[in-house]
Amino acid sequence: MRLAIEAAGLKKAFGATQAVDGVDLEVPVGSVYGVLGPNGAGKTTTIRILATLLRPDHGTASVLGHDVVKDAKEVRRLVSLTGQFASVDVDMTGNENLILIARLLGFTREAARARAGELLEVFGLADAARRRVATYSGGMIRRLDVAASIISAPDVLFLDEPTTGLDPHSRSQVWEIVRALVGNGTTVLLTTQYLDEADRLADRIAVVDHGRVIAEGTNSDLKDSVGSATLHLRMASDQGRREAEMALRHILGPTTHTVSDPHLLSAPVPDPQTATRAIAELANAGIPLSAFSLAQPSLDEVFLALTGHPAEAANQAEEPEKQMEEVV
Amino acid sequence: MSNATETVDSTLLSTLDPLNRPNPPGPISASLTFAWRAMVKIKHVPEQLGDVIMIPIMFTLVFTYLFGGALAGSTAEYLRFLLPGTLVMTIVLLTVFTGVGLNTDVATGAFDRFRSLPIWRPAQIVGALLGDVLRHLLASSLVIGLGLLMGFRPDGGPFGVLAAVGLVLVFAFSLSWMWTTLALVLRTPSSVNVAGLLLVFPLSFVSNVFVDPATMPDWLQSFIEINPVTHLVTAVRRLIHGIPPAGEVTWVLLACAALIIVFAPLTMRLYQRKS
Repeated sequence: MRLAIEAAGLKKAFGATQAVDGVDLEVPVGSVYGVLGPNGAGKTTTIRILATLLRPDHGTASVLGHDVVKDAKEVRRLVSLTGQFASVDVDMTGNENLILIARLLGFTREAARARAGELLEVFGLADAARRRVATYSGGMIRRLDVAASIISAPDVLFLDEPTTGLDPHSRSQVWEIVRALVGNGTTVLLTTQYLDEADRLADRIAVVDHGRVIAEGTNSDLKDSVGSATLHLRMASDQGRREAEMALRHILGPTTHTVSDPHLLSAPVPDPQTATRAIAELANAGIPLSAFSLAQPSLDEVFLALTGHPAEAANQAEEPEKQMEEVV
Repeated sequence: MSNATETVDSTLLSTLDPLNRPNPPGPISASLTFAWRAMVKIKHVPEQLGDVIMIPIMFTLVFTYLFGGALAGSTAEYLRFLLPGTLVMTIVLLTVFTGVGLNTDVATGAFDRFRSLPIWRPAQIVGALLGDVLRHLLASSLVIGLGLLMGFRPDGGPFGVLAAVGLVLVFAFSLSWMWTTLALVLRTPSSVNVAGLLLVFPLSFVSNVFVDPATMPDWLQSFIEINPVTHLVTAVRRLIHGIPPAGEVTWVLLACAALIIVFAPLTMRLYQRKS
């Protein structure tokens, strides 16, 4: 397996704060790699080291075999970075921003102009092309930012929280772009605070907390490491849930828990057989269900299990019914 | 839904290059691209030329009419002495804004993107300084144009004036590296502004810009003698009035070289290490 990014024992401190405290990463070529963690976990510092913007205090890192410190110039030829804060110039138009970066990448004047026009079209910014970026919405700025990163498709693209603060539509657009890039052979390393983003986009995920990787693997690896699956039952009525809890106590045990949705009952189960028995029990008791699902634990649950604290207040609302299939 | 996604994907894919980038631009091309950026920004935000326009006009008018009669007997006589000095002072003062501009840039994400590009690293700063050459040229024209309106007559003719302005621009380019260093050390644009002006005021006032230093105390005169601004002003006066300069031009060029040798590597070191 060829590695696009390799990091070993990366450490970086700012004053008394140990921002990165021994990070190891191995990112295969052509994959999407998610670095997941709360604010202040060291995600941005790690990405800045890999993009040659910061020198690590300890440890080594390389991109496609080129050391990020000793061979920084070569690394810069292979990577693009979309930082957490829009890396476009708000005093210039969208068109000028893209032409600027294209020229700095070595495009001729004509090629730069053509490429800028093409990207503005694809990213739905053609109408705003000649307006100053200061007048753009957050979603438009982010799209322009990503467009600037793929003026020539990089071998490795770093995206630092690419969808933070975006509306759902812009968010899914960014996801589409990432998938298209990967289809084209680019390796993407993205950081995110959003568990569902890592879950949907990334082939492999590293969970970071306090500057360390506390878990690493595919989505399923991570979920498996936390253990059992989760059974979600949606009741046809409000009363149903209390009755179901009573009826299932002897099968699911005292761990049965309820969430804020009054129709929803969720419980961890050791194996699928237990789930089948529970559903059969409800049918016997004559308690109607509107939907049910047996899912792997959500990344929220993974994070809680790994760190002992929840990931981020804003992400608690990640509803399990997304994975539910309607009962016919 | 999935159909819509596929269309977007395929349009996007068709616009993506294969994974080979053109060769990165050379140092000159990259610097000129950044200079172009400075031009574009002036076009979109012309307000930022406010200082470039106001400072030269203010200095020339205020000093000529306020002090002219008292210092030299007549405003016309004083203008002949003062105008080369206000030219130097104006441009030296304006160089501080170069540092302010760079510091503003550092705070934005654009700085990170530029630093992650495969370009000659000083290009961003050299390009900004080249853009400033144009601002300084504009300010110089304002000072000289205003002087001509007020009755200033350069004996050195157009060539003398051009040579003088050229020398001032070279000095401004060299001095700017001091402010770019400051810009990468200090935290906010306003602190760069304050620190820069605190340094620029003694540099320009404690010189021969306004009066002949002959009557000043010895300790002040010894500072004035080593102040590069003094030598620059003398050289500019002589060039503008068609008197062949003595060693001043060499002195100024040596000072420029010293400024660049010290502050350009310092700036670049800070630029690379900026976190």
